[in-house]
Amino acid sequence: MRELSTVDRKILAKLQGDFPICERPYAEAAEQIGISEEELLQRVQELLADKVLTRFGPMFQIEEMGGAFVLAALAAPEERYDEVTALVNELPAVAHNYRREHVLNMWFVLATETKAGIAEAIARIERDTGLAVYAFPKEREFFVEMKLEARL
Amino acid sequence: MIDDIDRALIVATQGGLPLVPRPYHTIAEQLGLSADEVMRRLKVMLETGIVRRIGAVPNHYAIGWTANGMTVWDVADELVDELGARIGALDFVTHCYRRPRALPAWPYNLFAMVHGASRDECSAKAAEIRSLLGEACRGSDILYSTRILKKTGLRIGS
Repeated sequence: MRELSTVDRKILAKLQGDFPICERPYAEAAEQIGISEEELLQRVQELLADKVLTRFGPMFQIEEMGGAFVLAALAAPEERYDEVTALVNELPAVAHNYRREHVLNMWFVLATETKAGIAEAIARIERDTGLAVYAFPKEREFFVEMKLEARL
Repeated sequence: MIDDIDRALIVATQGGLPLVPRPYHTIAEQLGLSADEVMRRLKVMLETGIVRRIGAVPNHYAIGWTANGMTVWDVADELVDELGARIGALDFVTHCYRRPRALPAWPYNLFAMVHGASRDECSAKAAEIRSLLGEACRGSDILYSTRILKKTGLRIGS
């Protein structure tokens, strides 16, 4: 893991807020951070290359477009874990996937453009892996805001 | 809902915004639109919630949040909505949802994500949730993530 500078931390804090929609949005954001547009572009590129950021851009809510977003899990046998990971990750519908310490040791989010796409993705994962998939669609959302300050 | 141009805009930007001084102009050129049209549509999508926000997605491990726990709770059905709202309002909870149980394997119907620089920190946060739930909580667990296996976000086909 690389060290984060004070400027990196400022960038992370600023860019987890609202990025402007205007002709030169980086220039506007850079001004608020107190650096040049060029430096901001350079540093965001580095943060992405170093995997400090996984992405920079618009975050879409597929449900607002008529699609669906479902948390699902499975129990992968330890000796098959990597193989199952590859089979699950292969699907474009899998937006995130995490290993967790539990009998259900693989938790992933399916995002599909149609509601029916979820069942198709689950059926395919079950067929490809031979494992049962548990789906946990949200019944209610009480809060979502993933903004974490850098702690390093 | 979205039209074909919106959809093309999503496909063009779901992997990220171009790292150039005028990113919206670059997208406009790719799609054969005017930059004003691209910006107008993104603003509408922000207003309608199709875009949650435009910004950075950090790898939370890389920025010092090395303990990431999905806390899960078995809460009486008649109380889960009221209590879920209160837990979602805690400043350290980043996601809070009611989800169906999958009995007998999975008795939990309330999910709340907590993060910390250590597992002790997460446990302390989970203890706070537990005290808030009180008698209504019949069982709980914390599932720590130990690896990000994939984190691309949404990817719809072109």
